[in-house]
Amino acid sequence: MTTSSSERGVSLGMPELPAPDYPDDVRARLETDAREIIARYPDSRSALLPLLHLVQSEEGHVTRTGMQFCADVLGLTTAEVTAVATFYTMYRRKPSGDYQVGVCTNTLCAVMGGDAIFEALQEHLGVGNGETTDDGKVTLEHIECNAACDYAPVVMVNWEFFDNQTPASVRRLVDDLRAGRPVTPTRGAPLCTFKETARILAGFPDEREGATESGGSAGPASLVGLRLARGEAAPARVVHPREGGPHDGSRETAVHEPSPTEHLSSHDAPHDTSASDPSHPAGPVAEEGE
Amino acid sequence: MTLSTPYGGTSQPEAGGESSPEKLLAPVLSAFWDEDRSWTLDVYQRHEGYEGLRKALAMSPDDVIAFVKDSGLRGRGGAGFPTGMKWQFIPQGDGKPHYLVVNADESEPGTCKDIPLLFANPHSLIEGMVIACYAIRSSHAFIYLRGEVVPVLRRLHSAVREAYAAGYLGSNILGSGIDLDITVHAGAGAYICGEETALLDSLEGRRGQPRLRPPFPAVAGLYACPTVVNNVESIASVPAILKNGKEWFRSMGSEKSPGFTLYSLSGHVASPGQYEAPLGITLRQLLDMSGGMRPGHRLKFWTPGGSSTPMFTDEHLDVPLDYEGVGAAGSMLGTKALQCFDETTCVVRAVTRWTEFYAHESCGKCTPCREGTYWLAQLLRDIEAGKGVMADLDKLNDIADNINGKSFCALGDGAASPIFSSLKYFREEYEEHITGRGCPFDPAKSTAWADQHTEVLA
Repeated sequence: MTTSSSERGVSLGMPELPAPDYPDDVRARLETDAREIIARYPDSRSALLPLLHLVQSEEGHVTRTGMQFCADVLGLTTAEVTAVATFYTMYRRKPSGDYQVGVCTNTLCAVMGGDAIFEALQEHLGVGNGETTDDGKVTLEHIECNAACDYAPVVMVNWEFFDNQTPASVRRLVDDLRAGRPVTPTRGAPLCTFKETARILAGFPDEREGATESGGSAGPASLVGLRLARGEAAPARVVHPREGGPHDGSRETAVHEPSPTEHLSSHDAPHDTSASDPSHPAGPVAEEGE
Repeated sequence: MTLSTPYGGTSQPEAGGESSPEKLLAPVLSAFWDEDRSWTLDVYQRHEGYEGLRKALAMSPDDVIAFVKDSGLRGRGGAGFPTGMKWQFIPQGDGKPHYLVVNADESEPGTCKDIPLLFANPHSLIEGMVIACYAIRSSHAFIYLRGEVVPVLRRLHSAVREAYAAGYLGSNILGSGIDLDITVHAGAGAYICGEETALLDSLEGRRGQPRLRPPFPAVAGLYACPTVVNNVESIASVPAILKNGKEWFRSMGSEKSPGFTLYSLSGHVASPGQYEAPLGITLRQLLDMSGGMRPGHRLKFWTPGGSSTPMFTDEHLDVPLDYEGVGAAGSMLGTKALQCFDETTCVVRAVTRWTEFYAHESCGKCTPCREGTYWLAQLLRDIEAGKGVMADLDKLNDIADNINGKSFCALGDGAASPIFSSLKYFREEYEEHITGRGCPFDPAKSTAWADQHTEVLA
């Protein structure tokens, strides 16, 4: 048996050194935030999820240092914190881009074009699922249902809604993001970076002027029933810019052979876990299936 | 295609039945979503916001519980449990803190009602929470919002802040002597946290894994204290009931499924979106008023309440969409997420993707679900890729049967639903994948832009 990926880069038998601390000033600042978070709950451990969002807002992903910090302020072991951090998909385990572009590939969005969009982005950006562009701007991901099915196909950037997307619209979107041009979601506030988003998720309100107002009261699909009930004419199909389809020219294949990329949700284990992450403190383990 | 049956199936026009949208729809929660700044306290108050709370505070807490119970309001999160009864189960005078936890972890595939509700009208939830907490004698409530919806999180933060400033939250609310704090809590990405006991574990700072019941949350919930866990829409419906009365509420829907609710139409329909109507409306009525399926296409299959509810076909267009009606037709009302797929959609592809979702989201706590969803996904991928054998179909059924009812929580049952129902209605399509060594569908034809593309080419 050759060396498995999980064995590479791990010194067998050598326990990893404790994670380095945050610099004093960073730690002091985070401790102030942490106290505010903990005060929201009758039991301090409830603060763990927001605290993990907080440390993610510091470094862009959840580091061993961040987990050590959470353990320290809550009186938990790093094992307890790691167990939680690895359970939830919103915590990143490795450095990633400023903008997380998530394409919904759950059934409804996938069928409505999410698969084609995801394929187009992989090709356009030259990265696969969970990978980041060389300039560190965009991390591409496929995501599960994000509760906007009436706006399918949906793309989320830093967890803001981009409704009714097409391959052409998302190519333009990521080009704008990489070029630093301002990008405004269909529903939601002008984009901030992933780190700034993580801070809002930790429960610190977005202080930007107009952020809460952005996006209006409700999107068009949210209002179709209301307008009908008022006797307003049946809405014309909400048409969004759909320049071009996913395939140029007609592709006439009698039998559709699903390509591996269509099995986007080969996601039984898409995220690194303690069992598959070579740099994880839990140390080397066998590959799945070995 | 005939005019009388635009979506397929057999049309059953009601003799002299009223079919105008004005009569069939009943916007309550969504009544002013199109107003400027609808999410603010000002606009909410202009629409008699917090009047329900004033009425509730003039009653005794037990009377409020009885009132909500008598209204017949049932849970809008999927299970349909009577909301007032949940409140009544909280033991009173036990000396322990009581908690209200609102389940805003809307993640069921197809479900998209709570997110637009919270985006456009968050105060209906907050008012409902104050009423519920007064009834169950709780002074601390939580909103567990899924993390992946930052625009909604902003509006909840803003609404809670406004409610504190106006004296609807905090101490001595409206001079009643009642105190209440609300904590807005953002999750971190896990479908399973929509299961109420997994949600409680998650809110306690743990991995979101379901708990063994009993004890039920009403006895030992958050921090082992009596806890009510309610869906967003259930709680947000309470203020209108208090304000307009239980008879008003019961004048809509049926005896056992009274009231109004949000139906979410999505997929290959002409006008996807939110339709608030009395319980019991049918998909045919909703399609009739909203322009039907996309032009030139027929309804093939649909879910009445998200991917975990057994799918329906065009035979079921006239099933009343209430708890009893959908149940009697062999499915569940669930979250009223009406995902409609037309004839361009491959059922095997749809079910495979849902199954991959369940395999991904299985928390791993119990064996039937953890292993079963994994094996279902393997088999389905093979079948979709044309590598399946006929015996796989029975194997799918068998594995689903070993998950259904034998797993720790309802995620497993949900995973089995699309398998059972798709094999029931579309077994031939599975067989075609096996005998034809591949999928006979072209995914490009089912995209939202497919027909525009064709027109351009034509």
